[in-house]
Amino acid sequence: MPLSLIFLVLLGLGLGAFALGRSKGAAMASAPGAGGGGRIGSVHSRPNYHGAFVALVALAPALLLVASWAAVGDGVIAERVIASVPEATRPATELDRSAFMNEVQGLVSGDMEAGFNPDAEVAAKLFVTTRGTYNLIVGALAAALFAMGGLWAFSRLRPQFRARNSVERAVKWLLVASSLVAILTTFGIVMSLVFESFRFFQSVSPVEFLTGTTWSPQTAMRADQVGSSGAFGAVPLFWGTIFIGAIIAMVVAIPLGLMSAIYLTQYAPSQVRRYLKPLLELLAGVPTVVYGFFAALTVAPAVRDFAVSLGMTDASSESALAAGLVMGIMIIPFVSSMADDALTAVPQAMRDGSLAMGATRSETVRRVLVPAALPGIVGGVLLAISRAIGETMIVVMAAGLAANLEINPFKSVTTVTTQIVALLTGDQEFDSPKTLSAFALGLVLFVITLILNIYALSVVKKYREAYE
Amino acid sequence: MSDYPSNTVPETKMTARNVSVFYGAKQALKSVSIDVSREHVTAFIGPSGCGKSTFLRCFNRMNDTVESARVEGEIKLDGTDVYSPEMDVVQLRARVGMVFQKPNPFPKSIYENIAYGPRIHGLARSKADMDGIVEGSLRRAGLWDEVKDRLAESGTAMSGGQQQRLCIARAIAVDPEVILMDEPCSALDPIATAKIEELIDELRGRYAIVIVTHNMQQAARVSQKTAFFHLGTMVEYGDTSTIFTNPAESRTKDYITGRYG
Repeated sequence: MPLSLIFLVLLGLGLGAFALGRSKGAAMASAPGAGGGGRIGSVHSRPNYHGAFVALVALAPALLLVASWAAVGDGVIAERVIASVPEATRPATELDRSAFMNEVQGLVSGDMEAGFNPDAEVAAKLFVTTRGTYNLIVGALAAALFAMGGLWAFSRLRPQFRARNSVERAVKWLLVASSLVAILTTFGIVMSLVFESFRFFQSVSPVEFLTGTTWSPQTAMRADQVGSSGAFGAVPLFWGTIFIGAIIAMVVAIPLGLMSAIYLTQYAPSQVRRYLKPLLELLAGVPTVVYGFFAALTVAPAVRDFAVSLGMTDASSESALAAGLVMGIMIIPFVSSMADDALTAVPQAMRDGSLAMGATRSETVRRVLVPAALPGIVGGVLLAISRAIGETMIVVMAAGLAANLEINPFKSVTTVTTQIVALLTGDQEFDSPKTLSAFALGLVLFVITLILNIYALSVVKKYREAYE
Repeated sequence: MSDYPSNTVPETKMTARNVSVFYGAKQALKSVSIDVSREHVTAFIGPSGCGKSTFLRCFNRMNDTVESARVEGEIKLDGTDVYSPEMDVVQLRARVGMVFQKPNPFPKSIYENIAYGPRIHGLARSKADMDGIVEGSLRRAGLWDEVKDRLAESGTAMSGGQQQRLCIARAIAVDPEVILMDEPCSALDPIATAKIEELIDELRGRYAIVIVTHNMQQAARVSQKTAFFHLGTMVEYGDTSTIFTNPAESRTKDYITGRYG
């Protein structure tokens, strides 16, 4: 009996438990002794809560059992199967064991017709029978738990039993568990980054990584290989990231985003605003890979032609400027929407006060509204920067891979995200510094954006408090 | 409607004739006419939603900033229609200043708050000029002695009453001819209110002052002329002493004696 079937059967039984609990609850409510007639207080909880209580108490332990078996079951079975292989041919190393089990699994699922290892054929049969037995045991245990829980819960149903409170508590814990999933996943991601980065820093010193100016991650696979020195100075990558994401993109996005926010909040009639604002925010929904096409196929050649016309004959078709310009366009709605919020949060009284002094609209914006909204705008810009430096597709497609320390925007630079993609694409060995460096880069990126986000949010929050 | 005794008519600063205001389809003010005297404090009283603030905001065209608002009728400042092409709204608002219900100093220093208007209108030729304007305005608003040592501090850090006097000082810094006050004391405690009322009394004569208030004692204390508004119409307009002691209209009398509102 496969686990998925056990799972479905349990859910079906759960529905039954619900129906039973509900009908008992309904019976209590209409019993003559209870006062009947739906008077509030005669029966503490409504029938649905009685049903939900019974179903929850019956289902929760059984489902937990099935879920935990689903998580560890394969390991336990593999242990048994491998132990059955004759000692002489038994796989010894971790790698051999997993290869052997892959073969067994392949045979079991029918993907493979015949094993390379004669032991695997035998093991496959054993695997099937062991799994069947174990699943049967788990199914029986789950059914027993279900029955025990259900009966105990059912026996507790009384007119004064507080089923509603118990169900509410269960709902609360379900919600807590759901939110924990996101938090724990983030934590797990951070831990894996830290762990792999630690392995990287065992072969490359953090100082060299953070201050070195040469990035050439090709490492020698064989001792006699030439031309693969392996230099992990990430400064050119950090520079490229800042140059594209925090400088060029912001030079585009800050003025355009701010001015469109000013137009939308201060000048546009409400009819125009109603259509223009969603339209602008639509820009934020364009997939970044589409921006990437645009950058690589339209903007980059135009930028190169422009550079050539300026006399730069060696202009690259992958330029920091092309990637930065398009990224700036992509960030506009982000900046604009944050600035819009900040400007809207400035009290109307401030605007009226300035207008009543005889200030024009643009004077009011320049001298009162923007200064008053500045913390919110700065916070929005910081969030936009953190978004821009983590952006990947545009730079992968338009910025290039050359790790140059270059301040000429017509030249090619590379970014942290581009390098991570390059390092992890294709067949890679996962224990070379080359591959591991991607994790160290990811960690740096993560820490920087985290700091930017925390700082930006605190700026925005402080500003909000000031006007409440 | 402007039928106060002709022997007491002082020089008229602003006139309104048949002014109606609509917010979208809703009429908030119905054909109001009034003369505002140069030397007096004129009070607009009436229950909430009676149109008195709406009317006040016509005098410096602040209703322009409300998208759905539409003003009909004629409002003149020294004989020139404020809605006519030859009256620029920037100049109008420099000549007709306004103080709002809630103190709304800009989040700038005290000095910069006062200097705001003069800077916009280019009234000061030098730093010394500006210093003089700031000091003079703060003195006239009775605030100079309290703030002269902390002009660089933020205007928003002062107490509510000080903030409101700062807003009055800000308004008089451009030397307007009329000051409109929209319930200037409704957010203040009684002591701060008394100070503002004193200040209004001192400013009387130098500026034509129109004050909207829902506080009838305040109207009685600070004004010489009172107009009573009810449901978008002006019910009665006359000398404050007459309105409060011997109103012609029964609605005015009911309101004054606290029967509604």
